[in-house]
Amino acid sequence: MTALTLTNVNKSFGTVHVLKDINIEVNEGEFVVFVGPSGCGKSTLLRTIAGLEDVTSGELRIAGEVVNQTPPSKRGIAMVFQSYALYPHLNVRNNMALALKQAKESKETIEARVAEASRMLSLTDYLDRFPSELSGGQRQRVAIGRAIVRHPKLFLFDEPLSNLDAALRMNTRLEIANLHQQLGATMIYVTHDQTEAMTLADKIVVLRDGRVEQIGSPMELYNNPANQFVAGFLGSPAMNFLPANLLQDGNPNTLGVRPEDLFLSEDGLLQVTSKHVEHLGGDTNVIADCHGHQITLRLFGQHAIDAGQSLRLGIAEGKSYYFDAAGARLS
Amino acid sequence: MNSARANPINTFAMHGALILYTLIALFPVFVILINSFKTRKMIFREPLALPDAESFSMVGYQTVMKQGDFFLYFQNSFLVTVGSLTLILLFGAMAAFALSEYRFRGNMLMGLYLALGIMIPIRIGTVAILEMMVSTGLVNTLWALILVYTAQGLPLAVFILSEFMRQVSDDLKNAGRIDGLSEYTIFFKLVLPLVRPAMATVAVFNMIPIWNDLWFPLILAPAEETKTLTLGSQVFIGQFVTDWNAVLSALSLAILPVLVLYTIFSRQLIRGITSGAVK
Ligand SMILES: Nc1ncnc2c1ncn2[C@@H]1O[C@H](COP(=O)(O)OP(=O)(O)O)[C@@H](O)[C@H]1O
Ligand SMILES: [Mg+2]
Repeated sequence: MTALTLTNVNKSFGTVHVLKDINIEVNEGEFVVFVGPSGCGKSTLLRTIAGLEDVTSGELRIAGEVVNQTPPSKRGIAMVFQSYALYPHLNVRNNMALALKQAKESKETIEARVAEASRMLSLTDYLDRFPSELSGGQRQRVAIGRAIVRHPKLFLFDEPLSNLDAALRMNTRLEIANLHQQLGATMIYVTHDQTEAMTLADKIVVLRDGRVEQIGSPMELYNNPANQFVAGFLGSPAMNFLPANLLQDGNPNTLGVRPEDLFLSEDGLLQVTSKHVEHLGGDTNVIADCHGHQITLRLFGQHAIDAGQSLRLGIAEGKSYYFDAAGARLS
Repeated sequence: MNSARANPINTFAMHGALILYTLIALFPVFVILINSFKTRKMIFREPLALPDAESFSMVGYQTVMKQGDFFLYFQNSFLVTVGSLTLILLFGAMAAFALSEYRFRGNMLMGLYLALGIMIPIRIGTVAILEMMVSTGLVNTLWALILVYTAQGLPLAVFILSEFMRQVSDDLKNAGRIDGLSEYTIFFKLVLPLVRPAMATVAVFNMIPIWNDLWFPLILAPAEETKTLTLGSQVFIGQFVTDWNAVLSALSLAILPVLVLYTIFSRQLIRGITSGAVK
């Protein structure tokens, strides 16, 4: 069954057209990530789904029901915000319980749900603390707990990890993935970080300037990007784009090659000069100059390459992508 | 650490300047206080001397107390000030919330219209206000003063508060909406506590002019039973003779409640309760 259906959704703020003809279908139990650069309308899309913004046109269904006119609290959704947005005047227990109290749930239900959520998130010892007495990671867990207790049909996450430091971000990411497995709930997750998107998603929706660029599983998008934008956005280091005629085959289009699909080869087609070498231990990244174009090469293992060295590169069989001047993929 | 702040000479200069300013600001208050405890002769002979056994006198306070209605005046002033502040803060905050939170047609114009009031002194409209009060029968009631002061204070209150409310995290309000809180609960429980310092600022800015005002009490409520303290004290100031003992004593007494209110508000000003709410 579909948990969420967006049909031709448009959203404008005055004359600014932010969301343009969005069509998305999310199945029950799926983990869907909306990814795109800052300002492309991800948060607006999420807030529209939550009911915090009205759609300008189009139809929004949650679990089959049209919810265009339903207030946020009645949509069966829960949202986790980037800034945590905990109620400063309530302790952890009451932060989590508030929505249930508003919904007039019984005392026992509330207590049981709060206990369950705080056990899942290891918050049991902090129930009587106030948000100001918690660390960033704990606050984020409370924010997630506040969503869990509601048993929503749909979880909405808006860049929940971007205020955490790198180590904590990785842990919390795993925790969210675990939660998804345990709860089996439908989750929609917004991020501008392609790593989060690739690691968490069952399905990725790539957005740019308020338009859906491509929808698919992480590997579909990685192996088969629909256009130059998607190809460049997913994958790290990002795909290299070069004029295809550097290969002397007279092709007027753009050639895209992922850094890991390049290899050192005596009779390689590309003549480059290394400019900078990053030794990561497991990998070696070489940033090189190819006739005035920057090209990144990712080699597995450790390689003794110096800056300024001349290299010849080959491209792995079947790993070249071609894009026309407008950025569309050529097969 | 900031080197300018750590430097002892700078620290000294900074504190020196602050102390100097405090002394200058407190000097008139100090003079009023000491002279209110002196005999009339000594007030004029040595205005800066402290009261001693010879010059000490409570005659000013006795005159003020005997003036009988003093406590009533006091009460009137208090009611008017507290009443006006309450209304200014309540309506100012509500209007500011609407202007900063909701997108509606004319939002911007409405904000400008309200801000206009900051630039136009309400006293220009005194005649019209008096006519209005007469026709509504509010002349010589405390309500006349409270309403006028509320109108006088609202523009600045709305202006300051809406600026602050714009800074309250949208996420927090939205979290409330998703959890099913009403807009009123969001306003009173989430937003107001976070703009408490701004509310205190508005309160302090409005309190002193209202407490000290002579103009509107004189015009709108000069009756004996609605006189405010400032107006009441005028009986001691004559065209030919002024009872300085009484005037100084009345002034000293009038300072007290303002001090108390100021202490209450300034505590709110300083207390930062936003930490941990967001981020
Ligand atoms: N309330 C608003 N009024 C006007 N423009 C807005 C509003 N909210 C967002 N926008 C605009 O919509 C665009 C998308 O914003 P947002 O959804 O926050 O992007 P993202 O979350 O992808 O970074 C931005 O250009 C932003 O300026
Ligand atoms: Mg965003």
